[in-house]
Amino acid sequence: MSAPTSNALELNRTAGSRLRSSLFYAFLLPILFLCLLAAIGIGSSPIAWSTILRVIEYKVLPHEWTSSIQVTQADQVIVWLIRIPRVMVAFFVGAGLASAGVIMQALFRNPLAEPSLVGAGGGAVLGGVTAFVAGWSATSVLSLPLLAMLGSLLALVLVYVMSTRGGVTPVTTLLLSGVAVTALLFAISNLLISLNIVNWQIEQEIVLWMMGGLDARTWTHVWLCAPFVLLGLVASLIQTRDLDLLQLGEETAASFGVEVESSKRMLTLTAAILTGAAVAVSGMVGFVGLVVPHAVRLILGPSNRRLLPASVLTGGAFLVVCDLIARTIHPPTEIRLGIVTALFGGPLFIYLLLRRYRGAVNT
Amino acid sequence: MSVLKAHDAVVRRGGHTILGPLSLEIGPGEMTALIGPNGSGKSTLLRLFSGIWKPDSGDVFLDGTAIGTRPRKEIARHISFVPQEMQIDFSFTVAEILAMGRYAHRGRFTPQSEADRTAISLAATECDVTHLLGRAVNTLSGGERQRVLIARSLVAQPEFILLDEPTANLDIQHALDILELCRALAQKGKTVIVATHDFNSVTRFVTRFVLLQSGRLVAEGPRDAVLTQKAIQNVFQVEAELVATKAGAPLYFFHQRGSY
Repeated sequence: MSAPTSNALELNRTAGSRLRSSLFYAFLLPILFLCLLAAIGIGSSPIAWSTILRVIEYKVLPHEWTSSIQVTQADQVIVWLIRIPRVMVAFFVGAGLASAGVIMQALFRNPLAEPSLVGAGGGAVLGGVTAFVAGWSATSVLSLPLLAMLGSLLALVLVYVMSTRGGVTPVTTLLLSGVAVTALLFAISNLLISLNIVNWQIEQEIVLWMMGGLDARTWTHVWLCAPFVLLGLVASLIQTRDLDLLQLGEETAASFGVEVESSKRMLTLTAAILTGAAVAVSGMVGFVGLVVPHAVRLILGPSNRRLLPASVLTGGAFLVVCDLIARTIHPPTEIRLGIVTALFGGPLFIYLLLRRYRGAVNT
Repeated sequence: MSVLKAHDAVVRRGGHTILGPLSLEIGPGEMTALIGPNGSGKSTLLRLFSGIWKPDSGDVFLDGTAIGTRPRKEIARHISFVPQEMQIDFSFTVAEILAMGRYAHRGRFTPQSEADRTAISLAATECDVTHLLGRAVNTLSGGERQRVLIARSLVAQPEFILLDEPTANLDIQHALDILELCRALAQKGKTVIVATHDFNSVTRFVTRFVLLQSGRLVAEGPRDAVLTQKAIQNVFQVEAELVATKAGAPLYFFHQRGSY
């Protein structure tokens, strides 16, 4: 076949994947907007979408422009101080966990890798618990996300060293190391909590936080996680080409010019920042990093340049919806957020595992 | 035209010396076969020559400069390594796989240039994978996949192409196909190094043979000087009978020691 024909084919293919990307975003962005609006509007006291927009205008725009806008104090409190921070935290946690999942799957060359399954979540929880029981979280609010990131990083490095030999990570050793390290880290977390029972209320707070949930999240929580998640997202977007090549194997990546060791260090750090920032404000919410990249990959393919930004937005939308379900399905009680994500993620995980055992993995 | 040279290179793993001390020079435009039984150091030598592994002592030079001192991207523009086939769990299309071969020629954010597209389509044409561009790589047959991997290394426009057991999982026809492709590349000026234990399949295509045993160089040169019955007996622990063929190169027929 001649070169011009192949050029035409290549162009066709690029145009096809661009069209698919455009269609994906044409669906995703309005859905995301509707999810955000629904999550702010629906709850024990329903708020009309026009009221939501009025409150946002009133709070965001300069005062001279908004003098004619009528909003009640109650609406302001519900929308601006209760619902919006919670929805924003949900969005950033979802975005962070989904992109951490994308990175881990490339790093372990395994579509089953995910923050809660490879120990990173457990490490972040231990970091968080340490910040609570040592009293550092009371002295400096930043200690919680920073220690969560540190814990997440240590756990990731530990699982990586345990499960990878010569640049190859068999799925069984990956999952077993993940289970073992998570169990150990949770045991240490629980030990720390048991040894430090001073104030039942603080204990209850820690335990509820460990279970994963977004109740009573405020603007402080948004500021605690959003900057780190954004930092992690920028860092990961810079590394998408390395991610693609690493997914094909370390020797292949090195052969094509990737500085494998430094790239792996950067990616591990990025995944830890994203996981730590998310877990610090939401506790352990499982399976987001598995469900979201998997779904997006089915539509946009595995190329990280397309997969990563799409997973960020989809992950955000997914967790906003999960949180909405968690707090509205059985009022007045809230179901823990981790339960809802596990109900989506657990079956998918089992399906992927079965398919792998049947020897036909075309994720 | 570049030269790859190992000088007293030694590789140790887990307290054992798995290669060397070994000195070897690979000149431009040759097709060389690294031959030896399992564990003789063929793959290790390929990894040294591609700069993926660093020697524990001694050095590997590309045109007189120690390869370890060069940035990876620069090495990748000269040398391409095709590892043994690995399971890929992600359904990249062939076009995406080929585009990744341009990593060393592109900046982090530079879009695909005309030069990138030309390199991709030339490599695809040369390896006859143009019709596969839209297919997912994990749906290809072994032979197709090997062609794609060679095409990807050509996309990087290297002078050296190093292949680790490129015919290991292929049937006879596809194995011949791949070796024919390697020879064509060598004739167009690429320096091709193939590591294999199955030297019967490569004798017709290769101009220079390097025989390895337990990490040491036993002999190197043209076929008749290297693959003697005595050398084969010593290295592979089997007795070899040379059978003349129409193709010119003899066929090696093996017997258990003592049964011949």
